[in-house]
Amino acid sequence: MDKTVAGKVISMNEEGYLTDLSQWTQEVAREIAQEEGIELTDQHWSVIEFLQQSFKKSEPLSIRSLGKKGPVSIKDFYSLFPDGPLKKASRIAGIPKPASCI
Amino acid sequence: MNTLNVEVARDEATQKKPSGQVRKMLLILSKATLDNVYACFILANGARMEGIEAEIFFTFFGLEAITKKKMERLHVATVGNPAMHIPTLLGGLPGVEAMASAMMKKEMEKLDIPGAAEFLEILSASGVKMWACKLAMEMFHLQRNDLFDGVDDILTVGGFYERARGEGTHLLFI
Repeated sequence: MDKTVAGKVISMNEEGYLTDLSQWTQEVAREIAQEEGIELTDQHWSVIEFLQQSFKKSEPLSIRSLGKKGPVSIKDFYSLFPDGPLKKASRIAGIPKPASCI
Repeated sequence: MNTLNVEVARDEATQKKPSGQVRKMLLILSKATLDNVYACFILANGARMEGIEAEIFFTFFGLEAITKKKMERLHVATVGNPAMHIPTLLGGLPGVEAMASAMMKKEMEKLDIPGAAEFLEILSASGVKMWACKLAMEMFHLQRNDLFDGVDDILTVGGFYERARGEGTHLLFI
């Protein structure tokens, strides 16, 4: 499914996750974040970068691994991306929805 | 942000969800076997990951999961548990339960599932509210300082039901 985000045609799945990370730009991230009601700050960007790096290294993502290796604490992660932080942050970072239960 | 603001922000966030959706999970943990405790913790954590509120009421043996001295020594039952596929007589031999529990914990670590104490820290940081049952505390002669620090308060059953207010709340007994 193609969608125009920040003036660019981006391919997304039906849940609104990017299917091709190479189409991701900071403007795309800002617009998706806005849809989610989030204004991106430096802390948000550091989380986004961490998620993209983990995805590129094929490391499975979980709340635990983010808390251990990520740039922010679990508590901060929840306040930065309220209401489903791992899903929201992944959508903004342009990576697939994490299939993790923990 | 103080606690009150966090609660208000959360309430506003849950209000936005269309009706029919699960908004809050109230889990009651009454047992302290490894499998029950983990089912409860994973459900609570999974709820938070989906933006669903989660609270746990620890009652009866479930209190062991938040008792500092006990929480790292949770075991899986090898007697009276047909899913273990161990003959009852063998399951009762000294050391069998400890060995089976150690094996299970090792498998869980491989799947990135944390130990009980670490899991409680994660739940607490994720905004899961934890309540200890007043009556069970009295029965087991437990004090507030015997419990994990992240426990929010000691509640009566009535107090816990108060927490169920609002649309889209589900209660689950484990």
